[in-house]
Order: sequence, then structure tokens, then C-alpha cells
Amino acid sequence: MTNHWNDLANSDCILIMGSNAASNHPISFKYVTMARERGGKLISVDPRFTQTSSKADIYAPLRSGTDIAFLGGMIKYILDHNLIHTSYVQNYTNATYLVNPAFRMPGENNGLFSGLTGNKYDKATWSFQTEADGTARKDLSMKDPNCVYQLLKKHYARYTLETVSRITGTPKDKLEEVYRTYAETGKPGKAGTIMYAMGYTQHTVGTQNIRAMSIIQLLLGNIGVAGGGVNALRGEANVQGSTDHALLFHILPGYLKMPTASQETLAAYNTAFTPTTKEPDSLNWWKNYPKYTASLLRAYYGMGCTLDEAYGYLPKIDGGVNYSWLTIFDKMYKGKIEGFFAWGQNAACSGASSNKTRNALGNLEWMVNVNLFDNETGSFWRAPGTDPSKIKTEVFLLPCASSIEKEGSITNSSRLMQWRYKAVDPPGEAKPDGEIISELYCRIRKLYEKEGGPFAEAITRLSWNYGMPDGNGCIRKLDVHRIAREINGYFLEDRTIDNVTYKKGTLVPSFALLQDDGSTSSGNWLYCNSYTEKGNMAARRNNHDRSGIGLHSDWAWSWPVNRRILYNGASVDPKTGRPWDTKRPVIVWDGSNWVGDVPDGVAPPGNGRKPFIMKPNGLASIFGPGLADGPFPEHYEPFESPLQKNIISPQMINPAIKRWDREGTGTAVDSRATADNNFPIVCTTFRLTEHWQTGLMTRWQPWLAEMQPEVFIEISPELAKIKGIQNGEMVTVKSIRGSLDAVAIVTRRFRPFSIDGKIVHEVGIPWNFGWATTKLRQYAQGDKKPDLFTTGDSANLLTPFIGDANTMIPESKAFMVNITKKGA
Amino acid sequence: MARKIKLFDATKCTGCRACQLACKQWNNLPAKQTENRGSYQNPEKLSPTTWALIRFDEVDSGVNGVKWLFRHEACMHCTDAACVKVCSTGALYKTEYGTVALDSGKCNGCKECVSACPFGIPQYDPSTQKVYKCDMCLSRLDNGLEPACVKACPTGALRFGDEDEIMSAARERVAELDGGGYLYGDKFVGGTGMLYILQEKPTLYSHLPTAPSVPTSVIVWKDWLKPLSLIAPGGVLAAAFLHYLIKGPKVVEESSLDKKGDA
Repeated sequence: MTNHWNDLANSDCILIMGSNAASNHPISFKYVTMARERGGKLISVDPRFTQTSSKADIYAPLRSGTDIAFLGGMIKYILDHNLIHTSYVQNYTNATYLVNPAFRMPGENNGLFSGLTGNKYDKATWSFQTEADGTARKDLSMKDPNCVYQLLKKHYARYTLETVSRITGTPKDKLEEVYRTYAETGKPGKAGTIMYAMGYTQHTVGTQNIRAMSIIQLLLGNIGVAGGGVNALRGEANVQGSTDHALLFHILPGYLKMPTASQETLAAYNTAFTPTTKEPDSLNWWKNYPKYTASLLRAYYGMGCTLDEAYGYLPKIDGGVNYSWLTIFDKMYKGKIEGFFAWGQNAACSGASSNKTRNALGNLEWMVNVNLFDNETGSFWRAPGTDPSKIKTEVFLLPCASSIEKEGSITNSSRLMQWRYKAVDPPGEAKPDGEIISELYCRIRKLYEKEGGPFAEAITRLSWNYGMPDGNGCIRKLDVHRIAREINGYFLEDRTIDNVTYKKGTLVPSFALLQDDGSTSSGNWLYCNSYTEKGNMAARRNNHDRSGIGLHSDWAWSWPVNRRILYNGASVDPKTGRPWDTKRPVIVWDGSNWVGDVPDGVAPPGNGRKPFIMKPNGLASIFGPGLADGPFPEHYEPFESPLQKNIISPQMINPAIKRWDREGTGTAVDSRATADNNFPIVCTTFRLTEHWQTGLMTRWQPWLAEMQPEVFIEISPELAKIKGIQNGEMVTVKSIRGSLDAVAIVTRRFRPFSIDGKIVHEVGIPWNFGWATTKLRQYAQGDKKPDLFTTGDSANLLTPFIGDANTMIPESKAFMVNITKKGA
Repeated sequence: MARKIKLFDATKCTGCRACQLACKQWNNLPAKQTENRGSYQNPEKLSPTTWALIRFDEVDSGVNGVKWLFRHEACMHCTDAACVKVCSTGALYKTEYGTVALDSGKCNGCKECVSACPFGIPQYDPSTQKVYKCDMCLSRLDNGLEPACVKACPTGALRFGDEDEIMSAARERVAELDGGGYLYGDKFVGGTGMLYILQEKPTLYSHLPTAPSVPTSVIVWKDWLKPLSLIAPGGVLAAAFLHYLIKGPKVVEESSLDKKGDA
């Protein structure tokens, strides 16, 4: 979230799209409700009428996978009616920049941006014109036909109400009502916000869905202000923290880039990722990249080696190779992966195309399942219909501690790092994940010490001072405060900076003081300032609100440097420094200092500095050449669609996605059924309040299982009538990849869509279920039986094995199925 | 002591069921094996082990529209509590907070309260031969805490406090909603100790009586004839006969409240 949970209460208009926040983020509705009580409007855009929709002032249905069409229409509406926040757009975005005249857009180029070869874009034309001094050529009047603003206008001119409605199935009057209501927030002093989740991201155009909404937020001047922002509701309490600390393959902690094999030296690596700019007044914060790299390497390897040596120890990935979930499971399916740690996950239910995932696990030599309970992943070899004697995979279950059985921090969607304390000891042999890792590290290190091996030093020289070693030199009890302090970082030598002397061994007070010469350490530069000589900032529990707008700056700590609203420099007039919204100011100049939230910089008003400090030019990107699939979002149909043709262009699907299907690379398991009469119904997946993710933790909980005991499918009365299905009857749902039995909930909360004059039906299934807690499975001696059984398996048995062009997140929210009454 | 009442504001309820679960947790009520019957509502209805339930109703609205209504069903803690009137053992009683509590030790399983309650709240368990219902978390009230359901509600749909304060907050909210909210509970059975602000007219909610009242038989028997019996010994028999004439044999009329289908 650019903003934070409490801040939702400040909003004049909340758009919830790609999320059912009322069900899946129930606490968020405390603040949504407060906003509504203050007169704020709530808009729900969803294929299904949800618990969120039940509270909305406006509900607009759309066919799954057509968000860009919907939002593109809103961009057109805003531009046509000149509802933009002009000063914001001119000063804080790249709308004024002139683009390479050779750049071509889908409307004039068969649905493609210029430069496509195969499934990759050559981005040479996605560039800006430059002046002789290297700065970008601009037109502040935004009238030049090549300026970003005019290109945006031209691109979205195609997204008429008529066309959008034909694609999305949303009635035109509903589109207009949503557009008009939301665009009201373009007035200075008004704030609109977006709450989104997997309904935006789990598409082949997921990143572009978010981009489309971000462009709207920039046009309306809604980023950096209270009650505004672009707010991703993370699906798990600490998923923000795990991302910050580099859970994903392409990053190191603090969003530093993963080094590639071709970057042989630290200097080459830093050069590749340290941006430069000729723009005057731009802070270009990533210019500090080498300081963060050096500090990270010190945290990893200490002072015992040079920074270059330490860099040499880092694992490198092959340039251009993707190591995301889909790739891993495809390789596993093809027998190219020997061992797998399924750590804190339930791959057999959570991954797309579960039959492929489950079969892939059978091609492993070994698997370690680290979890609270046995699950569908750890027991895949004895799933119903599986013959254990045919599976050679050796499976180990390492029981781990739950969040209340250990001390440490979590970072929520608000980027808020909160310290938690241990309430009870873990049961039996269960250990905190960190202690399992520590044990694993110790044993691997000893093996390397004894037997040697390639790059043994990468392991043997790791700095690992997280507690007292036992007689074997292993640290079995972790001191989590040591880890938290290492993440913050230390001065490793005495240093004097701006006349202040920092002693060796003291904690670095802020990332502004991290150094590139190896004299500081920091396990994650973004978290430098979280644990200082003043103490553990995440443990702060002062709920007093000095700001009056709910910043609660003395409660816990948020990155970066306790800033609660990102890009808050954009909340004030660039010349006078006066807040756009004087009733809800985020930062205010008191004559000598900015007060309120931690500002993006300390210079006084009118200094010319641009607020989007993480961008080299200091401006937000309405034109975004960084993505794989285009500088502007363009509507493409989902990988599996009910339509023969894309209504808006000749290009059917996102041209930049990687494909595994038969037409793509020829694997039968990854088949695709698009515009196929055998699978004519659009299907989406969702979560319930009562169950969490694959239900691994909640299905064992009797009170929760009592409320939601069984997988179901929501079907419109019209479709139910066609298929002869009564409410409460069992239905078999089939996609080309798998099938699932579910109870029918026949409900007017799903309506048939009119798509380009034809009726298209959509259904939805929760993906919280799995076979391990069902009554009919076999329980061996010693297996725990749940107190209450749940019925049904994972909705991911149906989902396609295809991902977003940028992130590779699977397209679980729009695919094609058919349904029949069970046994019919 | 000022009477304590609970307010359920349906316009703020998202149907998350934190209240339903918190009730089970605080009162240590077990879960029972259920199945999906084509509805989110589960268990299907109140029971000896489910004292608070979110009811889900779907209502058609316009050509393509639908409304999804959620109602927190639990004891209404009536001012004129029929269950207390008919309870011959004193198991059901009014507390100092004005709530209706239940002392299971005294319950003899006569089920008079089950028949008498206009809201279908008390639940008889044949295995223990006792009746169970929401007691507004008396053990919490005695310790200065709000009921567990109120504590757990994330949106503020449930509130608890002094009658005057809650009543005026409720009236203010209904005024603010300007036709979008219906106050329910202030105009019958002497006023209920749980007030509703409904999002739609009461008739659109399942299992919710639009004009609940203390059954006439209960009034005749308990308020007129019973005091009379203390004066004239022969009156007891006469009164018992009259009771039978007015009311007939004891039948639990669950079905009369369950006419509408749930969604």
C-alpha cells in the first residue's frame, strides 16, 4: 500500500475492484465504514455481487479479465471531460515528456506496441526525446502530438463506452456512473483510493491492470494524499515483509536486483542497476544503490573478506531466465528438479493447474515439507486416486512453530513492521522456521568444511552470529533481536558524517547514512531505521495520533524511515508548498520544517524537487516503458476466453506472455480451451472469510469448518435453469485440465453478461479446500482426523498454467469451464 | 444501574461472522458437522450450541439487481420477556443490566420458554433436557466487558452500552441514513435489549417477526390469573383449564418463522 489501513477512513471515494475486501480483509472495513460514515462513496466492481458489493453505493459487474477495458474507459472519460488535476499531472508526472516519434500504439499497429519479435518487445521506440543536455524534451502545455498526455488520449480514444460495454458486459449507464463518481476526486482537496488484491493481479495482464488504475490515480492527483494512493491488500499477514526480504527469485532484500552471471564484478553489477539522470532537481534516490549493496554484503559476510569477494560468493542467475513458480513446477514436472523445500506453503492446492503440480511432486527425489500440519503437498503420494507404490519421492515433514509460538516481526500491507511476542511454546518437536534454517545451515556448513566443494566459501564464510553456539558449533536458539539489528545495520568503523561521529558497533540511525565503502552493514536498507540506538522501533505501542489524520507515527514503524504515506511530496502545490487538501494535510511547512508525516525530503517548498524520488527523473510514469508488455495498458483477452476475437484489436491475448500449452510448446497437460464450445462458461476463483488460502490452517478449526464446510460453486439462476441444477445440488465442474465436484449455490449475485450481443455466463469457486481434511480419504494409523470434516478439493484443479507477462503470477481469476449436474 | 443494550446496525455488517465465532469461543460451544445447503448460512439455525447466527438473505431488486442482507440473530433481551414470565423455576431471569440471563442449574426442561419466545431464541437440548440461549455474555458484563460478539465485530456493526446512549445513537444513525435504515425493536415487547438498524424493511429478512408480541396466553396466564391463584386456591385448576383452552397443547412453532428461504 502506498497509504495505510487507517488512512482508508480519509477517502472521499473508495473503489474496490479486484478484491472482496469485506470478506478477505474484514478489518479493512472498519476504515471503509468510517469513510462511508463521513460521506465517502464506496464503489464495488466485481463479476460477482459480493459481501463488499452489499455495502457499496454503486455496484458494477464486469466479466473477469476485462479490467483494462473498464479502466481504459475511465481514463478516456477523465480526459474527455477534462477532469484531471492539471497542476499535479504537469508537475509530478511524465505527461509532459515527448516520446520517440517512431513509437507506435496498438490502435495503429494491429493491437501491438512497436518492436515485438516473437513474444518479446524491443523497447527502442519506447523512449523519450532528449535535449542537447541530455534532459527529456517536454511540452508543459501538453499539446505536442508526441507528448505522453496526447498519446494517452489517442490510445484510450478507442475505449468508448460502447466498446468497453461490449467487452466487459457492464451496462453503459453503470460505467458512466462509476466513472463520474470516481472522477469527482480529481478536484484538488478530494481523495479517491483503490483497494485491490488478486482480482487485479492473477491475470496474464495483471501488472497492467494495476498500471491502468495507477494512471487514473495520477490523472486525478490521488497519489501521496491522505485517503488516496494505490493500495494492494496483501493476502497474508507478513507477505509484504517476505517480499521486502526477497522471497522472490529476482530480488535481494530491499528490492536490490538479483545479480546475473554476466555481472562478474561488484562494479559491473552496481553500474547495471544504478540509474543516472540529467534532470536538475531530481533526487534519483536509487543513485545510492552501491551503498545498499555494500551494506548488504557486509551483513552477509562481515568484515572478513573484501566487498568484491563477498559479491563473488552471491549466487547468480542466468540473464533472461525466469525462476518463478510456473517455471519451477514445469521443470519439476519434466523431471529436471531433484529436491524441493515446500516451506510454509501448500503447493498441491495453491498452485495453478493442481493436477500438473501434484504430478510434478512425484518426479522429485526428495521433498521437505515445513509446515504446521501435514497437508495435500506433504501427502501428495497418498492422495485419493494415487498409487503410493508408484511414487519414489522421499518426503520429510518438519513441523514448525506458528506465529504465536515465536517472537519476531511481521510487516503488513501498510508496510508497518510490528513486533510480536511469543505467547506459548511450540508443541512437540516443532521449531521456529529460523531455527530450522539455522540447523540446516550449520549442517551444510560442516559438510562443506569436511568435504569441500565448489564455492564452499559462499557457505563457510557466511556471517551467522544470531545466538550462542552449542558444543557442535551450531546455533540452536536464535536471538531474533540480533537478526533485527543486523537487518537495520551497524557502523563497522568509527565514522564522522556531517560533523556527527558514529562509533563502531553502533546501529545506523537511517539509510541516508549507509556507505558504499564497506564501513556499514545493513541486511535490508529499507529497514535501516527500524532498530536503532533508541531501541526496537517496531515494538513501539504509542497509539496517540499527533497528525489528526490517523498517521499514528509513534505506533510500531513503517518503511521507509517511518513514512506512512509514500510520495507525500506530491500532496502539496509544487510552488507554494500548500497542501492540496488543507483539511487533511499529510505534510505542512511550518516556516522552517515540514511537519506531519516524514517528508520525501527536507528541502523547503518551491525547491523544484520532484516527489517520486525512486524514479530517476522524479516523476510518476504515466508512460511506463519499464514493463514487458507495453508503456500503456491495453486490453487483451484472458488466455482462455469465451470470445472468438478481441473486440478492440486483432491481437487476442497478451503477446508478451510465456506459453507452455500445446500451441506454444506442446505439452498435453498444459492444454488450453478458448472460444471452445465444450467449455463455454467463464470461471473465477475467490477466498472466503472463514478459510485462509488453501485452508491448511483453517480447515482443521472446527468453528470455521462448521461455517464453511464444503467447496461450492456460485451459479446464476439463468445458468442453473439451462443446466437443470437446483440450489444445493452437487455439480461437476470441468476445465480442460481437471474437474471438481462442488455444491451449487444458485444466486442472483451472479448475472449473465451480455458480451457483444451474446449471453456469456460466469461462475465462481472458492479455492480454500483440499482433500486432506475430507471424510472419504484414508486415514492411516497415527493420522490426525479433523474434528469436523470439510468436503471437496482445490479449485486450482481447474486453473490454467499461464502467467502474467511481467510477474508470472498465474491467471487463476479468468478461465473457461463447463458444468453439469453431478452424475448427469 | 442503567440498562445495557446491544445495537446491531445491518448497514455496517459485512457478514464476516466474527460475532458468530466469538460467541462460540467465549461460551465454549462446540461445532457440529455441517454441510453446504446452497447457502453461506451455517449452521442452518440457532441450536443449543449456536447462540448467535448470521442469517444471509438474498432479495431481488430491480431487473438485474440483488440485495444481500445479513442479520445477527441472537437473544433480543426483551423488556417484557415472555420467557422470563413463563419460566416456573427462575432459571430465566432479568439481570441488573436489564438483560435476560439463564441459570442452567435451575432449568427443568419444561420448554415453556421455547413456545413463548416470539423470536424463536431458546433452544432445547434433549440430551441434557435443558434450554440454552445467549445471555449477553453475563460473565463478561460482570467483569466490565462488552459481550464477545461486540468485541469481535470489526466494522462497528455491533455496539453495546447504556440504553440512553445506544438508543440516541441508533436514532441518530437512522436519521443519517435518511430512509436507508429501519429501527427495529423499540416499539414492541416493551422494547428489546438488542436493537436493530435494518438495511431494508423487516419483511425482507427471514425468520424475523414484523410485529412480535408476548403471546396472549402468557399474558393471561402469568399477568392476570397467576396472581389470582395466590388469593383463591381453587383458581389454579380453573386457570390451568383456561390456559389449555386458550393455547392448546404445547407446540413449538418453528415453522411459522421459517417461511422464507435462506440464501
